[in-house]
Amino acid sequence: MNGMISAERRLRTVVSGLSCDAHLWNLVCLRLLLEDRGHQVTNLGNTTPDAEILGACCTELPDLLVISTVNGHGRLDGLRLIRALRAVPALSGLPVVIGGKLGIEGGNGRDGRDHTELAAQLTAAGYDAVFDDAAEGGPEAGLARFDAFLSSLVPRQATFAGGRSRARAAAGPGAAA
Amino acid sequence: MDDTDRFTAFVRRAADAGHLVVQHRMGFGELHRMRAGLRAVRDADATTVGTVTLDSYTRCHDDGAALRALRERPADLNGFPLLAHGVPAVRTLLQEVASADFPVQIRHGTPLPLRLLRAMAEAGADATEGGPVSYCLPYGRVPLARAVAEWSAGCELLAARPVPPHMETFGGCMLGQLCPPSLLVALSVLEAMFFREHGLRGVSLSYAQQVHGGQDLEALAALRRLAGERLSGSAHHIVLYTFMGVFPRTGHGSRRLLADSACLAVAGGAERLVVKTPAEAHRIPTVEENVAALAYAASVAEAEAEAETTTNAGAVHGAARVIAHPPTPPAQRPDPTAYGIYEEARTLLDATLETGDTVGACLVRAFARGILDVPYCLHPDNANRARATIDARGALRWSRTGAMPVTPASTTAAAPVTAGQLTELLTFNRRRFDLREPGRLYGSAS
Ligand code: B12
Repeated sequence: MNGMISAERRLRTVVSGLSCDAHLWNLVCLRLLLEDRGHQVTNLGNTTPDAEILGACCTELPDLLVISTVNGHGRLDGLRLIRALRAVPALSGLPVVIGGKLGIEGGNGRDGRDHTELAAQLTAAGYDAVFDDAAEGGPEAGLARFDAFLSSLVPRQATFAGGRSRARAAAGPGAAA
Repeated sequence: MDDTDRFTAFVRRAADAGHLVVQHRMGFGELHRMRAGLRAVRDADATTVGTVTLDSYTRCHDDGAALRALRERPADLNGFPLLAHGVPAVRTLLQEVASADFPVQIRHGTPLPLRLLRAMAEAGADATEGGPVSYCLPYGRVPLARAVAEWSAGCELLAARPVPPHMETFGGCMLGQLCPPSLLVALSVLEAMFFREHGLRGVSLSYAQQVHGGQDLEALAALRRLAGERLSGSAHHIVLYTFMGVFPRTGHGSRRLLADSACLAVAGGAERLVVKTPAEAHRIPTVEENVAALAYAASVAEAEAEAETTTNAGAVHGAARVIAHPPTPPAQRPDPTAYGIYEEARTLLDATLETGDTVGACLVRAFARGILDVPYCLHPDNANRARATIDARGALRWSRTGAMPVTPASTTAAAPVTAGQLTELLTFNRRRFDLREPGRLYGSAS
């Protein structure tokens, strides 16, 4: 686990569930996890309509949007959200990640599709990273990869003061530890 | 008595015959899979009722998404899209599988239930579940007052049917975990009173297994007593849910937790048990996994009931009983604790009922004033000042009570504040049951 980060590395993040997902312990835990590391969090809560997520991102212009979903509809609703979000010019460069239990097959690939294909589909549609509980190593490995991803982001003020470019990768995973 | 619904009557007959009714949760996108699943459950080696669990789109009134998913990727739906199939198709399905010996319940999770309740009634469902609080606060952002209004109208619509369906409270589950038993008991009784107030007669009261067997026994006794006092004069039964929080990941851990809940149901006098399967932590269970879980829970319950009658008929629960049921006997029978759950639940209930004239109005006011406060619940109408923790004995306790008329025990640890501490509490049962020897973790998450 990474410790607290310095003030210049402090990210402004938005955490949200998807429109039809009622689960909220995942959101509570992710919020605490980000705050424990010194980041600032706005938690939009569960069953959040796409429009509200886009609205919050447009007003807050965060350094990172974290989508968390576990009810199994993440594949369908996650794709719908990211397509709408990338269509907004101001948000086309916003770093966005998604994670949780994304499909209802638990990695079993019951009908032949597995999480690798799902991750590829979500990334192709515009997510910067996908943290699927069903991937190799389970949820714990996903959270470790998420930590590394966080360390690779720098706040946008640290790159261009007030600028709108994508937060840039810094010295690599673990640099902020 | 000919307006008694088939669900209420079935559970009563089973109880009179000494059988625990066991029930699964199951919802598939396609009709043919739903039908096959219900038939397999009906034919399981257990006293079962059927369940149809609805998908998230239907729960959230996103009919377009439900219809699209049903057409394009039905296997990706996390439940049964009742409205997308339409009432006639669902009525045919229920006519084919449901009967007086296999009544079917529809489980949904909808804060605004009116159109769903109407469709269920028209399709001939024997039972449903929920409540204005338990299907609102955990499920999103619909204002509590709106949920109360729609639940009132929905219950009255059902009550006006020739045979009103059975209604079960979901108030004994709030968020699945980390809600202390006294609040679960109070909410379950309040929701049952709400159903009664709106004309429903066949009701059941839920309670979900938490982290400490003795404490759960105390809670079930409190629920039975309070329900008896407040719902006198008509039939009701108690339904226990196998643990509804973060589930063990291993097969042995899952089965042991399920076995404990079956024993708890028998020892605590519940008439019905809603089970979980070893797939819980990972994915939606298959039909076979559900059938196996039902048969296993039933066998454990039968053994427990037998042991209870042979050892000390009529004596206090928890006296030393030497029984074993294959293949995973619980390590020991817990004694009921004496935390004062009944008194605390009664205090919460009375403080709530003092705030207005109808149960519905009282619930809205009590949450607005923080008299009722569900730990960690993000809903805008929940005060979210209360917190829970697990004490040195491994029982669930208040660590902060906000404006509720109860006091946190002086011995309990401070409320968790980091992700690591909260994860410890959430995974308490998972870690306890996934270990080979249960009890080793006992008290370590204080
Ligand atoms: C508690 C619970 C509920 C409660 C939720 C209360 C609430 N409002 O939060 C209730 C009872 C209401 C509920 C309802 C439902 N549930 Co539920 N629920 C659970 C349960 C038992 C525990 C979830 C939990 O609290 N976990 C604790 C948190 C902290 O952990 P987590 O959710 O796993 O999240 C972690 C990881 O996923 C990961 N992660 C998550 N998001 C992200 C994002 C990023 C970026 C990263 C890096 C990591 C990450 O990190 C998180 C924190 O550690 C799980 C099964 C289980 N896990 O044991 C089922 C489960 C999630 N539920 C499930 C389902 C399907 C439902 C329902 C649709 C009903 C149904 N058809 O069965 C409804 C939802 C209705 C809706 N509109 O969405 C399924 C999902 C199936 C799937 N995805 O394949 C599960 C797996 C159960 C099952 N096996 O069927 N549920």
